[in-house]
Amino acid sequence: MRSGFLRDMALVVAPLLVLFAVLPSVYDNGLLLLNFVVFLVLAQGLNLSYGFSGYLPFGYVGFFGAGAYGFAMLVTLAAVPPVLAVAGGGAAALLVGLLLAPLLRLQGAYFGLASLAASEALLHLIANPNLQDVTGGPYGVKLTIPYAPRLTYGLALGILTFTMALVAWLRHSRFGLQLKAARDNPIAASMAGIDIVRGRLAVWLASALVAGLIGAVFAWQASTFFPEAVFDIGFSIFAIVFTLFGGAGTLAGPVLGVLLLYGLYNAIGVSAPQYFQLTYGLLIMALVLFFPDGLAAIPRAWARRGRLADG
Amino acid sequence: MTCLLETTDLRSGYGAIQVLWGVDLAIAAHATVVLLGPNGAGKTTLLKCLMGLLPARAGVIRFRGQDITRLTPRARIRAGLGYMSELAVFPDLTVEENLDLGALFVDRHTARRRRGELYTLFPVLTEKRRQAAGGLSGGQRKMLGVAKALAGEPRLLLMDEPSAGLSPLMVATVLASLAQCRASGLTLLIAEQNVKFLELGDTVFTMEGGRIAFGGTPAAIQADDGLRRAYFGLGMSPRSTEGGLA
Repeated sequence: MRSGFLRDMALVVAPLLVLFAVLPSVYDNGLLLLNFVVFLVLAQGLNLSYGFSGYLPFGYVGFFGAGAYGFAMLVTLAAVPPVLAVAGGGAAALLVGLLLAPLLRLQGAYFGLASLAASEALLHLIANPNLQDVTGGPYGVKLTIPYAPRLTYGLALGILTFTMALVAWLRHSRFGLQLKAARDNPIAASMAGIDIVRGRLAVWLASALVAGLIGAVFAWQASTFFPEAVFDIGFSIFAIVFTLFGGAGTLAGPVLGVLLLYGLYNAIGVSAPQYFQLTYGLLIMALVLFFPDGLAAIPRAWARRGRLADG
Repeated sequence: MTCLLETTDLRSGYGAIQVLWGVDLAIAAHATVVLLGPNGAGKTTLLKCLMGLLPARAGVIRFRGQDITRLTPRARIRAGLGYMSELAVFPDLTVEENLDLGALFVDRHTARRRRGELYTLFPVLTEKRRQAAGGLSGGQRKMLGVAKALAGEPRLLLMDEPSAGLSPLMVATVLASLAQCRASGLTLLIAEQNVKFLELGDTVFTMEGGRIAFGGTPAAIQADDGLRRAYFGLGMSPRSTEGGLA
């Protein structure tokens, strides 16, 4: 089990980190690189929840926004040092995750929609004009702390490492195995003595925490933002599409999903949005039709086919 | 002989429907006990109640001298109870992952050693260790279910119809592997409709209408006219034909 974890870290996490650590010295657009890391974290964070417990939260961005606002309020209202406030952003998202934990009683689309509604409710609470003194209301947040692109980028990479280490650990630990069993067959899992509720709650909170942390870093980097910007459902949709495209429950899948699709988005999404959306749609359709388990499952499917042909 | 598991006036059921109407059962250590009874007699309900998957409404379950009536399934597994249900195997997980799930509550070292032993015992599982359990044949899946239940090194293994859905040939294979378990000193409680399993038992209980109707040795059940007719049949009831076929 330990060897599997180390192999994942060495073959997937380490190369990715080296790549993103080197990229800023050869590529100038630091904001774009940070956005890549943000989506890597969001995709892997969603992977924690969907890949290991089967819950697909359409309102995943709610945690991201909670992290951004938790960070901003700690910095502006309590003058907390920014690095500490990033941890506070994570704690804010964790709190929202705990409040929303009863949603885990719902299943499938009902859960997805309820989480979306919860994230919208949080947005409208924060954007309420009556709360202008606390949250900035509809006019958003203007941070006065120093802009620190190198530090925020480094923090984002740290959060990414943490998130991916969690995914790698779940893939190879007994705890992760219990989660997979509970995801595939809850009744049989409870017969095997597995505490399903505890497992689901743990990944749900972990998934909330990492989204909150990266939301805080995003807020620091952005320094001025409107509530709609950090509660944009686009974050949820991108994270979901990247994760499913790459393969939920795997470690490399969501990475491939982000690098390919977010790369494609940045290459043609802005200049030629109509072609981008066409390509996007066709790619996703092809994947759903031929490889419903995502890109990461393709080698496995080929291996199986090879074995069948041999046998 | 010491009693490993004992129930006194055990009652349980689902919602408004009471299924167990006062079950008194005693299982000696290292014994193999066969629980015979027709569909609906309450065999599965009794096993679920023993495992803590269904609460007891009245009565006491004692395991190794300790009252376990109110313990969670997890605590009962830790205490040494093992359970092989019809849902024993997770089809989407690999053979090895299934075995690991059976050994969740023993320490890693024991789990690894045990896994090695089980691969020796069931060589067919070794070849397929990295494959999804859903791709196994019915008999192999049953083997995996047995191996998974054994992976946790239980003191008492409860088995719910190990012969269900198997061809006569596979039933023989399952019987052979259970005979091995028995020889190793494991205590077994096997709920079955298939009378072939009688040859394995030290003690037989028959269950009817949520109560234990008869308890004794396999020889005693054959000697009793009424029981012989009910469970072995004289070519009269459809149930006995089923038993005879298998």
